[in-house]
Amino acid sequence: MANSEMIESVNNVSESGTERQTVGASFCDDPKFSIRNASVFYAEKQAIFDVSVDIARHEVIAMIGPSGCGKSTFLRSLNRMNDTVEDCRVEGGFHLDGQDIYQDNMDVVALRAQVGMVFQKPNPFPKSIYENVAYGPRIHGLADSRVDLDEIVEDSLRRASLWDEVKDRLHQPGTGLSGGQQQRLCIARTIAVNPEVILMDEPCSALDPIATARIEELIEELSQNFTIAIVTHSMQQAARVSSRTAYFHLGELIEVNPTEMVFTTPEHELTEAYITGRFG
Amino acid sequence: MSNANNSLERVQASLARRYRAERRFVWYGRLAVMFALLFVVILFTDIISKGAGAFRLTYARLDITFDPALIGVNDLSDRAVVAAGDWDSLVKTAARARFDGVSGRKAKRELNALFSSGAGYDLKDLLLENPAWLGQTKSLWLLVDDDIDTYFKSRLDGEAYAARVSERQIDWIDQLVEDGDMELRFNQTFFTRGDSREPEQAGIRGALVGSLFTLLVAFCLSFPIGVGAAVYLEEFAPKSRWTEFIEVNINNLAAVPSIIFGMLGLAVFINFFGVPRSIPLLGGMVLTLMTLPTIIITSRAAIKSVPPSIREAALGMGASRHQVVLHHVLPLALPGMLTGAIIGMAQALGETAPLLMIGMIAFIVDVPTGMMDTATVLPVQIFLWSDSPERAFVEKTSAAIMVLLGFLIVMNMAAVLIRKRLERRW
Ligand SMILES: Nc1ncnc2c1ncn2[C@@H]1O[C@H](COP(=O)(O)OP(=O)(O)OP(=O)(O)O)[C@@H](O)[C@H]1O
Ligand SMILES: [Mg+2]
Repeated sequence: MANSEMIESVNNVSESGTERQTVGASFCDDPKFSIRNASVFYAEKQAIFDVSVDIARHEVIAMIGPSGCGKSTFLRSLNRMNDTVEDCRVEGGFHLDGQDIYQDNMDVVALRAQVGMVFQKPNPFPKSIYENVAYGPRIHGLADSRVDLDEIVEDSLRRASLWDEVKDRLHQPGTGLSGGQQQRLCIARTIAVNPEVILMDEPCSALDPIATARIEELIEELSQNFTIAIVTHSMQQAARVSSRTAYFHLGELIEVNPTEMVFTTPEHELTEAYITGRFG
Repeated sequence: MSNANNSLERVQASLARRYRAERRFVWYGRLAVMFALLFVVILFTDIISKGAGAFRLTYARLDITFDPALIGVNDLSDRAVVAAGDWDSLVKTAARARFDGVSGRKAKRELNALFSSGAGYDLKDLLLENPAWLGQTKSLWLLVDDDIDTYFKSRLDGEAYAARVSERQIDWIDQLVEDGDMELRFNQTFFTRGDSREPEQAGIRGALVGSLFTLLVAFCLSFPIGVGAAVYLEEFAPKSRWTEFIEVNINNLAAVPSIIFGMLGLAVFINFFGVPRSIPLLGGMVLTLMTLPTIIITSRAAIKSVPPSIREAALGMGASRHQVVLHHVLPLALPGMLTGAIIGMAQALGETAPLLMIGMIAFIVDVPTGMMDTATVLPVQIFLWSDSPERAFVEKTSAAIMVLLGFLIVMNMAAVLIRKRLERRW
């Protein structure tokens, strides 16, 4: 009973349009990514309502929230993957290092080289492990020679802590790896083009706890060089890997705060309801 | 508790009925399959039993004397003289020497009618191959006339069909058989010659080569065009009313009777563009019209079956749309596209109606040597032969059907093999 009342009350709030204020510390100085008044529509249906938030350099920001609240939609609007969705419309300001990524003269290809993405389900190309990692550098012309490329591949695989497991089978298909290895391969593939931001949409939801732990470790390491935005359904995971956590609810950004604080003393009652498991 | 018992009883009561229904269903399916198989077996036994005979022909052995005076040829290097030579007289003289007591015009004519009208030319070819034989006598196997062939084969089967042979001819045949000078031999002619009015000299090579050229043209045109259209529609075209309209029409096109495509070819290619009729190039173009919808539809299905996650991955890496298509979608969809193309080609191979419209039904003796030679194709050849009155063409028809079916089976197996070989690996 309490749940449905809660959700209803939120609905009322958003419909009346009075309260669209995100509580907590959503802004920072000199952000890597700054998003202002972002709204995303699928045809007539609005999936993201007026979200404003900053993503700091080299931080790991976690996005949590009940299913269907728009986490993926928001994440995908950060590297314009939503462009590929028929009749998806994005409004608001998205600035990467001060540059509007939805500007007409912004090249999507270049943007995606800067903002890489790791998907929920491991999706290596049906090619060899080597080719998977080499693909990005190849299409962007990052390697001058075969030796260069070999180096990039090895380096990326090492950084994705996969090298030792695959160094003897680089030319076997990437699809022959285990799920966790495949996901690390996808991460290696993403970091091979040396992006600045990595978006991860529930990267561990298809993996067992051990594989998950490895990826989490990896995220921690990567955060030294990359800015990472990660969507997760596991609050423990958010707590383990992120420095800040954003809580989404029905397309609205409810609260952004340091992770510790979100999970111990949330500011907003909806956040509290979610993390204490009253709905989700 | 009683409630639970009650529903359990009900479930059990309904179980028997459900199992019965299931058994009925399975049997229905089995019957349907058996029915279909039965027809296949009937078709194949009928065709094979009728057509098997065509792979062997009756030959008779005669002692041929290559007498220069008789042929009127002394110098084999002079083509004009060779062409004007009286080659038939070689056979006639040898036949008269073989059987004594042949007198009177009627008897002579009947004797000459034992042998194929092409036997003399075969001897000419033999002599040209072995010029040293000029002036010598050789014991050679000669092709007999189709009526004799039919009679001899039916006689071997135990049920002699003597309607078109005379008493005298049967007498001669008896003599030949007795001396071991008449037998069935492998019918090379069937595979090395084009069509002929004389059944014993008719072969399918012309039609086979015609079919080959026609299919080649059709494949070279329809595969790139079809794949291009499919890629555009699937990957690039905005989903608008307009593309929807195109899609619906392509699907409709696949259901248009093939003769309509023939009419279209006639109107557009022949009348408007002035392409000569009856040539493989034109046939291939018409068959392209016909197979395009099939290829587009199967190619689109193949492209659709490439999982979106692969596309997303590539796009997420910063690949442009054409790179996504070229590097990922096409390689993964290629087996499916090829399968579709081969099946489309198999369809085209068996197609008759549109080719009739563009004049590929002509009686053509020469084996075509290029895209621009007049030609016919296998199914049309079958149609032509099945329409011929000579009894010997019946088995030719069935034999040609066997060859056609053989090709179709090979092509379909190739399609299956390709699909198996390059099975999707994700
Ligand atoms: N391609 C689409 N077309 C139309 N509506 C969509 C599309 N993708 C998502 N939506 C809608 O947008 C809303 C947000 O979806 P989104 O996938 O972003 O949720 P999410 O928070 O990622 O959920 P989950 O945790 O289950 O992944 C949902 O109501 C969903 O139905
Ligand atoms: Mg999601």
